[in-house]
Amino acid sequence: MGQLVHTKGEAVAVKVVEAPSQYLTFALGGEMFAVGILNVKEIIEYGNLTEIPMMPDFIRGVINLRGSVVPVIDLSARFGGKSAELGRRTCIVIVEVTDEEMRHDIGIMVDAVSEVLDIPGSEIEPPPTFGARIRADFIFGMGKVAGKFVIILNINMVLSIEEIAQLTGTEDGVAAANIATS
Amino acid sequence: MDELTNVYVQESREQLAEMEARLLRLEQTPDDHDNINGIFRAAHTIKGGAGVVECHFIVTFTHFVENLLDSLRNSEIAVSPPLTTLLLECCDHMGNLIGVLAAQQAEPAADLLARGTALTLRLKEILDAVQPSTTGQSGIALHDDLVEVESYGGGVVNTDSWHISVRFGRNVLRGGMDPLSFIRYLGSLGEIIGIETIADAIPAAADMDPESCYLGFEIRLQTKATKADIENVFNFVSEECDLRILPPHSNVADYIRLLKELPEDPMRIGEMLVRCGALTQGEIDQGLQAQKTGSAATARECDQPPLGEILVESKVVHKEIVDAAIVKQTQIIEKKAHEAQLVRVHADKLDELIDLVGELVIAGASANLLALKSRQSELVEATSVLSRLVESIRDSALQLRMVQIGDTFTRFNRVVRDVAKELGKEIELSISGAETELDKTVVEKIGDPLMHLVRNSLDHGIESAAVRLERGKPACGRVSLNAYHDSGIIVIQVSDDGGGLNRERIRAKAIERELIQPGDTLSDNELVNLIFEPGFSTVEKVSKLSGRGVGMDVVRRNILSLRGTVEVSSVEGEGSTFTIRLPLTLAIIDGFLVGIEKASYVIPLDSVVECIEHKNLTGDRNFLNLRGEALPFVRLRELFETEGQAPARESIVVVQFSGQRAGIVVDQLMGEFQTVIKPLGRMFAHLRGIGGSTILGSGEVALILDVAALVNIVTRSEEERLLPHRNNPSFSALTSNSPAVQSGR
Repeated sequence: MGQLVHTKGEAVAVKVVEAPSQYLTFALGGEMFAVGILNVKEIIEYGNLTEIPMMPDFIRGVINLRGSVVPVIDLSARFGGKSAELGRRTCIVIVEVTDEEMRHDIGIMVDAVSEVLDIPGSEIEPPPTFGARIRADFIFGMGKVAGKFVIILNINMVLSIEEIAQLTGTEDGVAAANIATS
Repeated sequence: MDELTNVYVQESREQLAEMEARLLRLEQTPDDHDNINGIFRAAHTIKGGAGVVECHFIVTFTHFVENLLDSLRNSEIAVSPPLTTLLLECCDHMGNLIGVLAAQQAEPAADLLARGTALTLRLKEILDAVQPSTTGQSGIALHDDLVEVESYGGGVVNTDSWHISVRFGRNVLRGGMDPLSFIRYLGSLGEIIGIETIADAIPAAADMDPESCYLGFEIRLQTKATKADIENVFNFVSEECDLRILPPHSNVADYIRLLKELPEDPMRIGEMLVRCGALTQGEIDQGLQAQKTGSAATARECDQPPLGEILVESKVVHKEIVDAAIVKQTQIIEKKAHEAQLVRVHADKLDELIDLVGELVIAGASANLLALKSRQSELVEATSVLSRLVESIRDSALQLRMVQIGDTFTRFNRVVRDVAKELGKEIELSISGAETELDKTVVEKIGDPLMHLVRNSLDHGIESAAVRLERGKPACGRVSLNAYHDSGIIVIQVSDDGGGLNRERIRAKAIERELIQPGDTLSDNELVNLIFEPGFSTVEKVSKLSGRGVGMDVVRRNILSLRGTVEVSSVEGEGSTFTIRLPLTLAIIDGFLVGIEKASYVIPLDSVVECIEHKNLTGDRNFLNLRGEALPFVRLRELFETEGQAPARESIVVVQFSGQRAGIVVDQLMGEFQTVIKPLGRMFAHLRGIGGSTILGSGEVALILDVAALVNIVTRSEEERLLPHRNNPSFSALTSNSPAVQSGR
């Protein structure tokens, strides 16, 4: 084996780049999405969620994950759609994102988790410039699985802490204004 | 940084702190000789250590300081305020130099060097003025000694050199010390004429531990240094090595005694002494002979007086040196005993432990809940024992983070002294309650606000001596720092016996700044506390120390961020007292649990005044009559847009914060509990009205309300709606309790 690597070092290196990475696929509003498996920490049942008032819709609330308080994001609301309906198979996928050298755990609410897939790099197409009805920078690429497209998410953008924090800041003012007019 | 340098830096910092404290004491008691000796010792130890770690710039600078201190010790210079100021500056400079060493820079920066040179010149000036004849010698650095010694050439007179015999302890190498560096440094004191290595202690190769040090040395040293200087060379290993020093012109009997004391065979050592040039063979023979004949006598002698007295009798050492050595010995023993009780732990580890204990509390509470549900009395009993234990673990874990506030307080001695000098006032600082303990994070963060308050008292509080005498007060002003525990919180007071706050000026200023209206009637307390409002400063002249008008509101903001409060009380002409109240710890909060629908919220208990039950809160007006007072309230249900219908009986929690009251309408009251605060993270950085979160016994997350911010949000939004023409949002924050806003709709 060592010899093989030695002689065909170059070929092996190329192979590493092309090595299929694994993705967790899940359903959301009838569509299939995927996130890199390396970002996923665990999948838990939906429940025991504490809502946070005066927050935009896409922040569903916070959960107690073995003693730490983890925010839960409603992905379909984040993509600009309606809030996700609760179903029998609704889960929370805990993903880890890096923000300014700090690691944060964030939960994302999905309709159903389906499977872990190998999608080779050659099977990933660049995202369409428009038409996906999702912000282009949220999409890492379009994976082709069995003739269908799976939207591979750029999870660090989707869950950009800075952006969300800013949105919550403005939303706070909006909420306050709502009370005044109610 | 290697171990040795590390130890040096740490110990030097302690020595410097001691030196500074002693210098401050020097001003009060200029005649205290022990004190001056202590200062000298500290400086000397720093210099000695610097030689060992081969840090030349500290050696050079400290050498000059030491010269001055030496003259001071010999009463050649009188203690004067400028002198102590200079010495304190030197002290600071030494601290900076040690900082350079700690930062592992080869040389201090240019500005630091310049400061050092300036200080050296000033030191020299003083020395020259006092003893023009001797400074020529003592002012010269080490190199001159070398030159002098060289001029002796080969014709060295044996008897006028020191004899040092040293046996290094087994652990010297393990401690990161290199015996060679001590000898090298010894060489910098003078010239080593002869040196013999005693390797007798090295065991057979099989038994030898390569990490142990078995070496000893017999050294002849030609130097002008004192015995203490030589001893100080070995200061770093003083507990680890066996050191004997014989002064020049010692008689043969002393050498003989030395021979007997050393662990090795006398004949063998005698040989060594001859070889390194201490004695001649004849002298040894003669001495040993004499010893034999008088051995019975000496044996008796040894029984009776202790070694120290023998040494004094035979004039080997001066009495003072023995006394000093005894004092030093006891100091070292005390220090050792003290250190033995302390374990240095990394703060992160402690935080982790406290986090885990917090989890344990939560897990324990949920186990308790389940046990209660199961209705098995034995299980309930077991879990309640468990939770009691967990609670005591939590209490002692939190105790670990507690530190005494004393260190923070004593730092102000120097501040008070310097500022008083600068202002030309006479001020003393009195400290009480230094042993009061509080959380380390709080201690770290309280330093700046305290500094501001103390400076403020010094600058604005205490009057000049002339004014004080006129008012019939002692010329010397007094600023006091006090700390004590009061029902679960800590109270820190900064008080002065100065002029107090001028009500009229505060009122005039507040009206000028539109903080109050000319017709407003304020209680005395409300009036004086206006000084904490942003942009408020009563002193017309802006001084260098304080009075930029940014001070007091920053102080208040800093303290509020620690969940504390600050207020001032003042008697005009008699002084003012600033009182800071802080929670003991930032990690745990006493909360009051309330419920709306299914959600639970925690209101910090210290802001809760009372709870009232109220039926039929329907209607448009959001205020009620509470014993004749119009109390505005916030309907949490509306504010948080909770779905569902309000129950018929709602409760109102009356809260108080920064002098104003408000009601919070909730569905249910669920009682007090103590809880661990969990921050909500960066994602919710802009969220206002919610201060954090906590985990309930059931495992659910409950949000902690930030009462002041909640009321602010409501006030602001109401104002935006009702007063659309006013575009001054900052104003609303100040007048949020004004009844006019609430009832004017």
